[in-house]
Amino acid sequence: MASRRTPTKAQLRRQRMGELVTYPLDWLEERSGLVGGIRYFLFRKVPADVNWMQTLGSAALTAFIVQAITGVILAMYYQPTPSGAYPSIVNITNHLTLGWLVRGMHRWGASVFIILLFLHMGRVFLFGAYKYPRELNWIVGVLILVLGMLEGFTGYLLPWDQTAYWATVVGINLNGTAPFLGPFLAQFLRGGQEIGAATLTRFYSMHMLLIPGGIIALIGLHLYLVVRLGVTSPPWSPEAAGREAADEEPQPLRPGLTRPVPRGIAAAQSEPRGSE
Amino acid sequence: MEPHEPAPDADQPDAPHEEADLPGPSLWPLGFAIGIVVILVGLIINPLVISTIGAVIAIVCGALWARDATAELRGKPVVVDPERRELGPAAEGETPPAGQQAAAPPAAEESFPRDRFLEGATIGLGALIGGIVTVPIVGFAVAPSFLGQKGHRVDLGPISTFPEGDWYIATFVTDPAEADVSNRTAFIRNNGIYQNEPSFTIISNRCAHLGCPVQANGPTGSILGKKTIQEHTASGPVTLVPVVPAGFGCPCHGGQYDTEGNHTAGPPVRALDRWSFEINHGRLILLSLYSVSHVDGTGAQALIHKYKLAGPGEHVDGPEQWFYPLQPPHS
Repeated sequence: MASRRTPTKAQLRRQRMGELVTYPLDWLEERSGLVGGIRYFLFRKVPADVNWMQTLGSAALTAFIVQAITGVILAMYYQPTPSGAYPSIVNITNHLTLGWLVRGMHRWGASVFIILLFLHMGRVFLFGAYKYPRELNWIVGVLILVLGMLEGFTGYLLPWDQTAYWATVVGINLNGTAPFLGPFLAQFLRGGQEIGAATLTRFYSMHMLLIPGGIIALIGLHLYLVVRLGVTSPPWSPEAAGREAADEEPQPLRPGLTRPVPRGIAAAQSEPRGSE
Repeated sequence: MEPHEPAPDADQPDAPHEEADLPGPSLWPLGFAIGIVVILVGLIINPLVISTIGAVIAIVCGALWARDATAELRGKPVVVDPERRELGPAAEGETPPAGQQAAAPPAAEESFPRDRFLEGATIGLGALIGGIVTVPIVGFAVAPSFLGQKGHRVDLGPISTFPEGDWYIATFVTDPAEADVSNRTAFIRNNGIYQNEPSFTIISNRCAHLGCPVQANGPTGSILGKKTIQEHTASGPVTLVPVVPAGFGCPCHGGQYDTEGNHTAGPPVRALDRWSFEINHGRLILLSLYSVSHVDGTGAQALIHKYKLAGPGEHVDGPEQWFYPLQPPHS
């Protein structure tokens, strides 16, 4: 109290520095609610006894983001043509600065992503976190796994070497043996009756546009459900199945983070949240 | 219940007052607007005739509109469909008067309010536009894989290059436009003359399991004291490597075949595919591939059980063939 009435110079300076940081945030928050939204997303209540295993989902998300970024950069140098694909891969790997590293991250990161998906899936299964009310999120996760493996399948062809070619021959023919529509699926994947330029370009398009788009949409849905339903407590938790986090209302957000807000505005802004 | 009666909860505070001062809905403004448009169009095309028609439409519709809008002031009954809305919590708490079910909303009445129409129109039009846009896009994504597939004749050179009874591994290009990607390999043996016609056994090297490249089990190349033949024909480069196979084997999953292409071991579901061919001016021309369930006998006398070309791993005979009733269009 005493210090607020007669602030020292150092305190005043610190206060001003603090305002320098919070002012733009307040500005943004007042106009978009984004700061509050991000706080709502990131600073959620979780059970007290959450486990390190429950970070596997975020790890898989991180792996996906690495794949997306390295993939976009690789696309700047890669050529999806039968005569250009392999030489461009050689160029990326052997000649371009740090190309070996970025390609290596993408190539090994693909395995890391799939492995993390499986570990995350195992954690969810063993924790019983797929049970009511989170069944839908399990299904969404399985779809992400399927799309992730399709990414692996389509990406494997792109180096266009012997391994890539014959692995894709076998993969497509495997699909072709599915009853009834299998032969049509195989011909669609090949873009014709034989693997060729059409196959390479359509695998490239699927690999970098179609499937990642689907994965991103599903990740959005997955995270929405996580935020909405809350995090489960581990099976050894003394608390009952972690429903508390889901039932509890998120803390009402103070409209201004640090700056005092006029009473009327503060009341008007916090009211609808309270009544939700 | 009379359709023109106010809703039963009309004495509730929120419901009636907001509508009371509004004129009833009317279609005449639409006609009035059309009249104005016709006047304007007429100014460009034919001011005397068309603008006059537009003016008449506008005046008539405007008058009717004014009549509608002022109907209430003149004390005429306004025909308005009652709007349906949920009963508020206050209405629920009330006990309905005895003998009258006041709590029942006017649900039984036929009603098609404007907001419902707009909702339906938005969704319907959206679906229509979405469909119109989607059909060609999906068609473009799918159809080119199936339509306009072309076959290619492959010229393997004069038949005199193939001594009778010798096997060769022939590597050739099926589509010069695709170059290396269309490289294909076949095992070829000249069976000599049979019934006054040259006979050849031409076996595709694509495994009948999942399409890997089948290899000849036996010595190849210079070890046999025979030369590898390089030719350049109308369909591109052709390489003929001499070989003495005891059979054919697939490196991927271990499928084994005998020298007629019959499946002898491993996962394949039928014999190796074969090429149909013709002899044109003494040159061996490959035409297209067909599938084979099995071959009885050998060489020129072989009885080939021939089927339309099926993908690797697909049964062409036995009960499993019913899983593949249709094949995509092939060249």
